[in-house]
Amino acid sequence: MVPLSWYVLLSAALFTIGVVGVLSRRNVFIILMSIELMLNAANINLIAFSHYLQNLTGQIFVIFVITVAAAEAAVALALIILLARNRGTVYVDEFNLLKG
Amino acid sequence: MINQLIFAYFAAVIVVSAVLVITRKNPVHSVMFMLLLFFHIAGVFVLLNAEFLAAVQLIVYAGAILILFLFVVILLSVERESQAARANRFWPWLAGFGLIIAGEIALLVLRGSFPGEGKMAVQVAGAGVRDLGVVLYSKFLVPFEISSVILLVGLIGAVMLAKKKTNE
Repeated sequence: MVPLSWYVLLSAALFTIGVVGVLSRRNVFIILMSIELMLNAANINLIAFSHYLQNLTGQIFVIFVITVAAAEAAVALALIILLARNRGTVYVDEFNLLKG
Repeated sequence: MINQLIFAYFAAVIVVSAVLVITRKNPVHSVMFMLLLFFHIAGVFVLLNAEFLAAVQLIVYAGAILILFLFVVILLSVERESQAARANRFWPWLAGFGLIIAGEIALLVLRGSFPGEGKMAVQVAGAGVRDLGVVLYSKFLVPFEISSVILLVGLIGAVMLAKKKTNE
C-alpha cells in the first residue's frame, strides 16, 4: 500500500514546479501550462485524500476543477490570440503598455 | 510492494516531465511533455481507484485542452523562439525559492501524520462511477448546474474575444 504522504509529496513537487514556471518563464504559453500543472497537483491531492478517507467529495471536486480548467484554457487562449494579433509578441515582459 | 513500485515510476516520470515542460525552449516540445505528464497523472488516478476520473483526465485534459494549446502554439509564429531568452532575468532566484518551498513542504509532510495511514485497505465495494453519479446529482446538484454556466461563459467569451472586429 502506498502511504498517503507520498501522494502529498508528489503533489507538492508538481505544484512548486508550476509556481516556478509561472514566475520565471517569458512565453505566455508556458505560463498557462504551468497553471495547468498546479491544477493537476491539486487534483492529485484531492483524489488521494478522497481515497484514503473513503469519501467521494474529493472526486466530485476534481470534476469541477477540470471543468473550470477547460473554460479557463479556452478564454485564456482567445486572449493570447488577441494579444498576439494586436501586439505581435507572446512574451509577457513585452506587454508593457501600462508601464508608468 | 508492487503498488509502491508503480507509484514510484509514475511519480518519477511526472516530476521529470514537469521540469522538462517548464524548461524547454520550443513550446511544441513543452506541449508534448505535458501530454506525457497527463497520461502518467491518469495512471496515478487509476492507482487511487478513480478510474472514471482517469478517463476524464485523458479525454478532457489530453484530448481537448492540450490539443487546443497545440493548435494555438502552431497558429502563432514560433520562429523567433530560437533566439529569444526563455526565462526572465530573475530565474535563478526563483528556482532557488522553489526548491526551498518544496523542501519546507516535504519537511512538514514527513513530520506530520495523516488520517488513515495505518489501517486502510478495507476496499469499500463499488466506489465507482455509479456512486460518483449519485453523489454528483443529489448532493452537488447546484454546483453542477453552476459549472454548466461557467462552461457557457467560457464558450461565449472565447468566441467574442477571438472574433475579428467588423466595421459597422
